[in-house]
Amino acid sequence: MQTTLEKQTTNNRAESVEYVAPNVNIFETEEGYVLQAEMPGVSKDGLEITLEGTEITITGRRSPEAVAGEPLFRERNTFDYRRVFELDPAIDTAKVSAKIEQGVLTVTLPKSERVKPRKIKVD
Amino acid sequence: MNLLRWQRPELAAWQSFGGLSTLRNEIDRLFEAPLTELARTSHFLSGSAPVVDIYEDKDNFVVKAELPGMKKEDIDVSLHDGSLSISGERKSEQKWEDAEVHRAERFFGRFQRTVALPSAVDAGKIKAQYKDGVLTVTLPKAEEAKPKQIDVQVN
Repeated sequence: MQTTLEKQTTNNRAESVEYVAPNVNIFETEEGYVLQAEMPGVSKDGLEITLEGTEITITGRRSPEAVAGEPLFRERNTFDYRRVFELDPAIDTAKVSAKIEQGVLTVTLPKSERVKPRKIKVD
Repeated sequence: MNLLRWQRPELAAWQSFGGLSTLRNEIDRLFEAPLTELARTSHFLSGSAPVVDIYEDKDNFVVKAELPGMKKEDIDVSLHDGSLSISGERKSEQKWEDAEVHRAERFFGRFQRTVALPSAVDAGKIKAQYKDGVLTVTLPKAEEAKPKQIDVQVN
């Protein structure tokens, strides 16, 4: 996947302050790519995935949490998550699917049929 | 027609440092955040310890820990001598063992975090909830630790 090429957005300072990049794992098989992103605090409603041209943008907005009194100690980040990846042209963008479970987003990006390896039968 | 498939050099897993993107976040922050902010969020070397927030209200302490992608039954919460321990294991997925790895920033393996609580809690009434990858532990204060209103009679 060109997905290993991450779009750098640091030239836009305002944006990089607002968001934090989630940790990701990206796997590739013959069938396609799987992208997992850790976004604790984000539910299905806070998720936005956009495919535009050769880019995929994942954005996760944290669900509002009930204020539980005075903070004594804070190290959790409060920023929303965002990260942009470039897509391998082999990906069939019409078949991209996503789900989120316990704060881990899984995006499945299948390769289009024409690029999948196939065995040629020799007569 | 191009028959050669371009093979990307494999990226080494850098799990012990909590992921490259975390490191990148820290570097970004170094240039953009005030120093106190940096100190507060600088945990990229912690690796296997989940980040936590601790809150206090009149009746409870509330500890929130980020544990994305766990199974409820793989998280252990325990209390010893006024310290709360959150531990468990994030198991790596067999499913992707044969796949080509392009990025490996997520932490897998055992983790533990212990926080000392400022005052006594009622161990029998501790509640834990796991939602959207965030564990919330509510620890009611022990009766003797709650603030009391004492009426002072002045004659």
